[in-house]
Amino acid sequence: MTATVPPKAPTFLGLPTAPRGVGHLRGDQSFPDAARGALRDGQLRANLGHATSTIRGKRAKVVDELPDWAQLREAGRALKTATMARLDDHLEELERQVTARGGVVHWARDANEANEIVTRLVQATGTSEVVKVKSMATQEIGLNEALEAAGLDVFETDLAELIVQLGEDKPSHILVPAIHKNRAEIREIFARTIPGVDPDLTDDPRQLAMAARTHLRERFLRARVAVSGANFAVAETGTLTVVESEGNGRMCLTLPETLITVMGIEKVVPTWRDLEVFLQLLPRSSTGERMNPYTSTWAGVTPGDGPQEFHLVLLDNGRTAVLADEVGREALHCIRCSACLNVCPVYERAGGHSYGSVYPGPIGAVLSPMLTGVEDNASLPFASSLCGACYDVCPVAIDIPSILVHLRAEHVEAQERPTAEAVAFRGLAKVMSHPRLWHLAQRASRLGRLIARGRPTLPNALPPPVSGWTRSRDLPTPPKETFVESWVREHGS
Amino acid sequence: MSAREEVLSRVRQALGADRTAPEEVVRDYRLTDGRPAGDPALLELLVERVEDYRATVLRCAPAEVGATVRAALDQGLGSGWSAGDVVVAPGLAEDWRPAGCDVDDDRPAVQLADRAASVTAVAVAVAETGTLVLDGSPACGRRALSLLPDCLVCVVTADQVVGSVPEGLARLDPLRPLTMVSGPSATSDIELQRVEGVHGPRTLLVVLAG
Repeated sequence: MTATVPPKAPTFLGLPTAPRGVGHLRGDQSFPDAARGALRDGQLRANLGHATSTIRGKRAKVVDELPDWAQLREAGRALKTATMARLDDHLEELERQVTARGGVVHWARDANEANEIVTRLVQATGTSEVVKVKSMATQEIGLNEALEAAGLDVFETDLAELIVQLGEDKPSHILVPAIHKNRAEIREIFARTIPGVDPDLTDDPRQLAMAARTHLRERFLRARVAVSGANFAVAETGTLTVVESEGNGRMCLTLPETLITVMGIEKVVPTWRDLEVFLQLLPRSSTGERMNPYTSTWAGVTPGDGPQEFHLVLLDNGRTAVLADEVGREALHCIRCSACLNVCPVYERAGGHSYGSVYPGPIGAVLSPMLTGVEDNASLPFASSLCGACYDVCPVAIDIPSILVHLRAEHVEAQERPTAEAVAFRGLAKVMSHPRLWHLAQRASRLGRLIARGRPTLPNALPPPVSGWTRSRDLPTPPKETFVESWVREHGS
Repeated sequence: MSAREEVLSRVRQALGADRTAPEEVVRDYRLTDGRPAGDPALLELLVERVEDYRATVLRCAPAEVGATVRAALDQGLGSGWSAGDVVVAPGLAEDWRPAGCDVDDDRPAVQLADRAASVTAVAVAVAETGTLVLDGSPACGRRALSLLPDCLVCVVTADQVVGSVPEGLARLDPLRPLTMVSGPSATSDIELQRVEGVHGPRTLLVVLAG
């Protein structure tokens, strides 16, 4: 963040977007600049290529197994659309139900307010240690940094989050935040940072998982406060849901005296029955399993079983600004499965860090700019080839390519001075609407053959403003003759 | 304006005064598997799907559950286990319990970590996904019971086995604390390869009666 950035984030239809200076929705660099470094990292590309191809295969296999996948996907889409149309009613009902069962509901306008609420709640318990279940919402608002600034110790307990935390790294994937690290790199992080770790630790994933188990076991048993996110919250019953694999979630949701759950307002679903759709869509799209190892649900407080104090923090942080965008609001339907990341050719090559936000990949390229206001993440809507693979795999059928195009238009319209690209396209439009000019231009383009010197594409080190186009695209060498010329030669005029 | 009022008013502003009516949700996906609970083919499917998660299934006649639970503990703990290593849910049927075992009570939950294995019933099992659901009832026990001991033995009776996820959820009470268990604890966080056994029980044994 530079000093020239104005203090207030922009608004959409008067609705505030996520504030600047807190959380992890904005990068320090534009996507093309960040991606350039990532593309040079051969190890990163190998790690990502291996991991994403593995998960793509697993997902395809378990999705094909269900004869009614298309119907489930359509029901998921319709459920989310219907929920958003009555979001205020569902949130009020959720609040009533959670409260009736002994929970306390808090509302947070933005990241700062949510961080203040959670910090205050933790401090009120008198403990200085917090165990955390992996949660995108708390990553988004920078909760760990806020708690640490208040002198509290925060322990991420999901294996991948632990790897990221111990490596002082940043998450690069929604489901597997350490996807950019391979086993050897993870072994190195553990050997360096876990006190008392077995010096003979190998890079066998089983051994690495056991090292994490040993490292966290004592922490779980003595923890008094846990912070989690939520995958779903059922309005009609006040039932919260966390979907996970390792059991670290269960440890956090079960053992401490106090549980604080931070949840984006879009995670509410109207009825218990709706989970019959989402609990089929999510695991198969996410880890490529028929069902994830553990799903925990709870409604308020249960005497004698689990935390006896439960707080639910409902977070806006730009979500209502997204909701106000009639085209873009579909991005709020996202259930954070990460299938779109795993199929995206851009994500697979550039990696999650290039997006600068905790939400990377195709869904991040639409969600991050809408949460922050497009101008704060202006390069992200362009970080896509619009191939549509993300739309095909999305379990709730979010039309990501259409939202990308919509946001590109919004960015272009926000420009006060015409860009070089806009001037070029205006010129092109004039040329293309006059046949004589068009033929002249085509003939002139043959000069490009001189620059190409027999290669199939023009060199990408052309002078500006042309370099703005060619630095990320191959410009083919113009042909010897145009299509019209070939036609006239072969068929006569 | 309070944060609550402000967030709700933002939602209303975002949706506009002439908001569209919620669209109707068509549930034309499979609501039932078509086979009744306990159908022999469903039991076969459950076994296949649970074993696919690298859990172990032991099948037995309804009258042999007690002996089969002991056989499961032999597998999970090795044959040298003693009754004191095992803690069971307070409502577990008497004849399913190993003689002399520890019965969970209102001790602090973390003390359950001292036990090597726990034995519980389930509320429902979903064959298609290989999922067992524990609902916090006396027979299933509180959540920590099926979490802290490293070996978990769950007893499933045939009438509890349904085909699909919708049928399973319909049998559950969303006001109870539920735990859906599909195999032993696992992670895919290292190179997206599945490794069984992280923080939850590393060994899951299912006794299927009937």
